[in-house]
Amino acid sequence: MLSSASQMHRMLSKYGLVSKQLWEIMHLCHITKCVKAQRMGQSRISILEQLLAEIGMIPIAENHPQMMNNLLSTQYAWDANEEYLFKAMVAFAMRRYSSKSTTQISNVLLCNVTDRVSFWFVVTDSSKNVTTVPGSEVEAAIRMNRNRINNAFLLSDKTLQFLKITSTLSPPVEPSTPVWLIVFGVVLCLIVAGIVFLIISGIRKHKKKNKESTERENLEEKVEVTLENGIPCEALDIKAGHVNGVFAADDERFTSL
Amino acid sequence: MEKSRPLWDNPLQFVFACISYAVGLGNVWRFPYLCQMYGGGGFLIPYLIMLIAEGMPLLYLELAVGQRMRQGSIGAWKIISPYLCGVGVASVVVSFFLSMYYNVINAWAFWYLFHSFQDPLPWATCPLNSNRTGYEEECEKTSSTQYFWYRQTLNISPSLEASGSVQWEQALCLTLAWLVVYLCILRGTASTGKVVYVTASLPYCVLIIYLIRGLTLHGAVNGLIYMFTPKLEQLSNPKTWISAATQIFFSLGLGFGSLIAFASYNEPTNNCQRHAIIVSLINSTTSIFASIVTFSIYGFKATFNYESCINKVILLLLNAFDLEEGSVTADNLNEMKDYLMATYPQEYAQLAPQIKNCSLEAELDTAVQGTGLAFIVYSEAIKNMEVPQLYSVLYFFMLLMLGIGSMLGNTAAILTPLTDSRAIASRFPKEVISGVVCFVNCIIGLIFTMEAGNYWFDIFNDYAATLSLLLIVLVETIAVCYIYGIRRFEKDLYTMIGCKPNWYWKTMWAFVSPLLIISLFIFYLTDYILTGTLQYQAWDATQGQLVTKDYPGYALAVIGLLVAASTMCIPLGALVTFIRKRLKRERISTVA
Repeated sequence: MLSSASQMHRMLSKYGLVSKQLWEIMHLCHITKCVKAQRMGQSRISILEQLLAEIGMIPIAENHPQMMNNLLSTQYAWDANEEYLFKAMVAFAMRRYSSKSTTQISNVLLCNVTDRVSFWFVVTDSSKNVTTVPGSEVEAAIRMNRNRINNAFLLSDKTLQFLKITSTLSPPVEPSTPVWLIVFGVVLCLIVAGIVFLIISGIRKHKKKNKESTERENLEEKVEVTLENGIPCEALDIKAGHVNGVFAADDERFTSL
Repeated sequence: MEKSRPLWDNPLQFVFACISYAVGLGNVWRFPYLCQMYGGGGFLIPYLIMLIAEGMPLLYLELAVGQRMRQGSIGAWKIISPYLCGVGVASVVVSFFLSMYYNVINAWAFWYLFHSFQDPLPWATCPLNSNRTGYEEECEKTSSTQYFWYRQTLNISPSLEASGSVQWEQALCLTLAWLVVYLCILRGTASTGKVVYVTASLPYCVLIIYLIRGLTLHGAVNGLIYMFTPKLEQLSNPKTWISAATQIFFSLGLGFGSLIAFASYNEPTNNCQRHAIIVSLINSTTSIFASIVTFSIYGFKATFNYESCINKVILLLLNAFDLEEGSVTADNLNEMKDYLMATYPQEYAQLAPQIKNCSLEAELDTAVQGTGLAFIVYSEAIKNMEVPQLYSVLYFFMLLMLGIGSMLGNTAAILTPLTDSRAIASRFPKEVISGVVCFVNCIIGLIFTMEAGNYWFDIFNDYAATLSLLLIVLVETIAVCYIYGIRRFEKDLYTMIGCKPNWYWKTMWAFVSPLLIISLFIFYLTDYILTGTLQYQAWDATQGQLVTKDYPGYALAVIGLLVAASTMCIPLGALVTFIRKRLKRERISTVA
């Protein structure tokens, strides 16, 4: 690991970018590699903060977003070309965010690339006397362009992880009426229609049966006719037998008292 | 002119009605649990013995009584002996309690069914918390399926005392469930007879689809092997035999009066002996069939969880030690763990608490029964299948068919005595009586849609029917064998079917079944007395799991009331008849 840091030092010194700060930062990259941070409890950034506090360089802790990715699913190997693409994406993100077109690919420095494919990276600012861009700016830039960076590597928020940048989870798509209410409404209408249909047909059948049964009763009564002297009693029952129709009709001619 | 009794269109409708009633949710969610707890494949031995000793004889007895007396439960027992009208009333009361709470299950099935038409399924992922940085806290602690059941379906309160308000979504689903039941029983046997064709056969179609799907799932074989390997040492455990007897007893739905009601609509010459054997065999076969499906689903779910656990551990190790992708796999996990422990002892020690020991056995050992199995375990398995919406719809539709089939029997048990009694039937048409019964049950059922409703549901589920049914069936058997007389019963069966019951039936009716029921009764009583205070499982939202709590005083009073309301009907009925007869005799003697 020391060899890679010193390699980088040599490379940067070629471009005149070396400063005491930068060297120490890279040196710290090496140190943090030796001191394993517990991923859940403490982020690497905070370990770095502690170390920096020890050597009196606070606050510089926020400058080093770290990246880790899971490439197994994407079927490509991580090599120098992919690193180049990554640097290009970070430079692109910085350009879009701060709308300065001065960030070059050479401004993005990766260090400590492991087999796991996790590394630290730093963005320098060549216009301002070789300082690093503050971590918060880098984080904001990456957050803004997270989607583009993910897609460039065919990865997702889960497989491409920036240690200090929590992804905002996308909210679920919610339709205006919940789907279940629609299905409920449909089923309810069908059931109610069925019940109403059955009840009405039952009432109609009941009425028809009642009518039929009363008709049948009437028929039965007519059949049971009692005879007297050969004349049906019913014929004798009509008023014609008791009241003389001629006189009864005359009553109407006279005015009533 | 007396209206003739409505009849089933053909004997097939009667058989389907009995199957639809007997094959219910208990076959799906209780039998697999018992199989798992009491010795896997070995449980089938006590189960089949109890079927022969208790299931078939008691079923034949009830069907024969109903077919002979051609009345609902109250009328039928009155004919056998006027002092036994209390038995019929007790059956109606128990059926009433059952229909009150059973339809809530159908409401839940409707809820899940309606929610199955979404992508992704709502119980597949946790909802986000308010500031969208992570998932809901409660959902994080437990799984998304449990969260969906306890929070979004039930919205359960932390204890029985905190009643909360009625959940309008559940109330709507409950109303719909009762409307469906009303639609099916509206016209009596005419409508019920058509509906049971669907409710009896559709569950089998879905079970076959699930069997094929289940057996082809990855990891299903693990479940089947684990569950079905017989652990014969469980046979020496008395609880095994008691559970087998209880399961047969309650699975067939004896004592509710539903079977008597169904049989009363039969032609008098119907061969109910053959039908009794067919129905009990189909019921048991369905239980075994459903448990094969359930165990393959268990195996799939356990394997899935086991593999996710392993993958999580692998990811953890890869991230912590910056190892290359693919260097740690499921096969070399143990060796890699030892190697890392040796090479980086400090870091590994720091990481150790998070590295879980993934065990397939532990996953398979989680035995679940009841609503937990039906709604949590199955939905968890479904969400991991391909095309989960289809399987979800099929599964909850099957649950619905099973539940409605059982509800038809329950409501028939309540309605048949009501429509038989001339006092009520002459004044109101059948539709009105059914409507009133459904409406009253729906209103009372709203209790179970409150936030604490699931706790009340558990009370009703555990205590409303258990002791009372045992007593009712015991009195029934003794009444038929000793009060009515087994010879008279034999003669009745001979006139109905044309053959006398052989020695097997008579021995079972007269000796074996009553003894079995008495022993079950004694066991249950001693169990209740020995456990002292009754406890229940309450959902703790802060921990994301169930905790045990004691029932408050008024809940215990309700339990006592439930048991007393039905069991007291039997002696009270005898007493009332006795007093009435005395008064009549006195009146006659004074007149004379």
